[in-house]
Amino acid sequence: MIGATLSRIAGAIPILILVSLITFGLIHMIPGDPAAVIAGLSATPDQIAHIRHDLGLDEPLLSQMYHWYDNLFHGNLGTSLLLGDPVLQVVGVRLPVTIGLSAYALVITLVLGLASGVLAALRQNTWVDQAAMVFAMFGISVPNFYLGLLMILLFAVELGWLPTGGYVAFTDDPIGWLTTMTLPAISLALLLTGLLARITRSTMLEVLRQDYIRTARAKGLPRHKVVVKHALANALIPIVTVIGIIVSLLMSGAVVTETLFSLPGIGQLLTQAVLNRDYPMVQGAMLIVTALMVGVNIAVDILYAFLDPRVRYDAA
Amino acid sequence: MPPDIAIGLETLAELDDEPARRNPAAAALQRLLHHRLFLTGLVLFAIIVLLAVFAPVIAPAPPDKIDMSASFAPPSWARPFGTDNFGRSLLSRVVYGAQLSMLIGAAVVAINAVFGTLIGALAGYFRRIDNMVMRVNDALMAFPAILLAIAVTAVLGPSITDVIIALGIVYTPRTARIVRSSVIVLREMEYVQAAVAAGAGHWRILRQHILPNAMAPLIVQLSFLFAYAVLTEATLSFLGVGAVPPTPTWGNIMAEGRQYMTDAPWIIAIPGAALAITVLGLNMLGDGLRDVLDPRLRLQE
Repeated sequence: MIGATLSRIAGAIPILILVSLITFGLIHMIPGDPAAVIAGLSATPDQIAHIRHDLGLDEPLLSQMYHWYDNLFHGNLGTSLLLGDPVLQVVGVRLPVTIGLSAYALVITLVLGLASGVLAALRQNTWVDQAAMVFAMFGISVPNFYLGLLMILLFAVELGWLPTGGYVAFTDDPIGWLTTMTLPAISLALLLTGLLARITRSTMLEVLRQDYIRTARAKGLPRHKVVVKHALANALIPIVTVIGIIVSLLMSGAVVTETLFSLPGIGQLLTQAVLNRDYPMVQGAMLIVTALMVGVNIAVDILYAFLDPRVRYDAA
Repeated sequence: MPPDIAIGLETLAELDDEPARRNPAAAALQRLLHHRLFLTGLVLFAIIVLLAVFAPVIAPAPPDKIDMSASFAPPSWARPFGTDNFGRSLLSRVVYGAQLSMLIGAAVVAINAVFGTLIGALAGYFRRIDNMVMRVNDALMAFPAILLAIAVTAVLGPSITDVIIALGIVYTPRTARIVRSSVIVLREMEYVQAAVAAGAGHWRILRQHILPNAMAPLIVQLSFLFAYAVLTEATLSFLGVGAVPPTPTWGNIMAEGRQYMTDAPWIIAIPGAALAITVLGLNMLGDGLRDVLDPRLRLQE
């Protein structure tokens, strides 16, 4: 178990190295002179030279790369051109917003997705199943920012039940946090709920067909016990593997959800950074978020091995 | 093959009533034409494609024609989808937006079909490059899709071509992975080993024996990919990092309409509905294709 965990972590190292290389290379993909692009159209040659020097773009590529990794290992991701603060510090302030939003959405996804998936499988080919699958199909098809806009119109503007946007820290005011986060979390969770409901349904159907389920029923176990202890417990194993994908989709969705509901999270930060050509910020935020994703995936794999003793780790 | 055996096989095929044996593609088509989900998806998608193709005919006015006297006109018989803050016809803007969405979707699918297949086939077939190629693939897939797309458009620029390239970079690794996993399985099949033993070259084995059998999961993937590409492009232009106004895209029409949404909700509702119909249609189409072409894939998402 420990060996498997260590080898899984070791396997992530080349990916992290490549991810940091790609992030480093981003700024060099800018067509023409990156410094001129960053400075904007109205910049003087002096200003451009200044930016070029500040970002180290006047050095040879290899030395730039050396500095990039040297700084990275010292926890220095550069300084935001727009805000003038260290990138790491800004990301540190914004991250709790995104993590809170994602966690809230993940809870909604797990509850609604698992429940509707299990229910659909148990009532296969009835109206319950069909309604759940129509709901899931709409969930995976309606864009989250469209749903968000419609919900703002209905629940915030028309009915006035919830605010249209804004953010209150959970530590300051938990109730306020809940009211400002509910619409964003629902709009973010819809796609994933649909996805999870579909996967749960098909996995449950597969498991329910197994002989040991029939055996459990035949020996007189009540149906609900068989469903929870025998079927769901085994169906959860393949479902756990998609949680890594779900978390990655949550991050993608958070970018637009945060912008839509004016939540000061990583997604909004990144969008603003891109629009203001704040490249150190773009690079830093991308790198941190992606490293977090890799970490989540490792955790999911380890959890998977923990849940399913049959999983054997190859050298991979 | 000696002529008598060839004749024998042909006769056998003729004796066989089941069309599937003679032509699997025709049999799959038969099943698709009876698949309700697939047909519904096909109709929805076809509506959007027709809107895009006949945009110049359908549009009552050029999409950028400003008429301030008619601003914020609600949908009516005279102005089917209403107008926006500049009095531009929303119908015109939505059908030209459809044109752009379909163009970008098709281009990203084409890029994936070519490069995804090429990379996936080479990585799956030649073990020596597999590890290296897949590590790069994994690294690109580690970035959340929208984040990578935003970053790439940030460095390339917001033109339509740049958005297509960005979406190509984001999604090709995912397609390559699917092709690779089919190729790895097929490479070990006995008929492929037989072809190797018979002295067939790598190129011939890949093209004649492996790739045709790897097509089913690829086609399924590409139909979902079309939906992702359209959706991601709309998200990018909604965020303001995709194609910029005055080029009408569903995303930037909605972004512009956002500030007027309490007074003129149709400006966001209609392009959003068009986007949802496109994605819904393609998802249904993809589900149908998966049911018919590759039942084993049903579990994966």
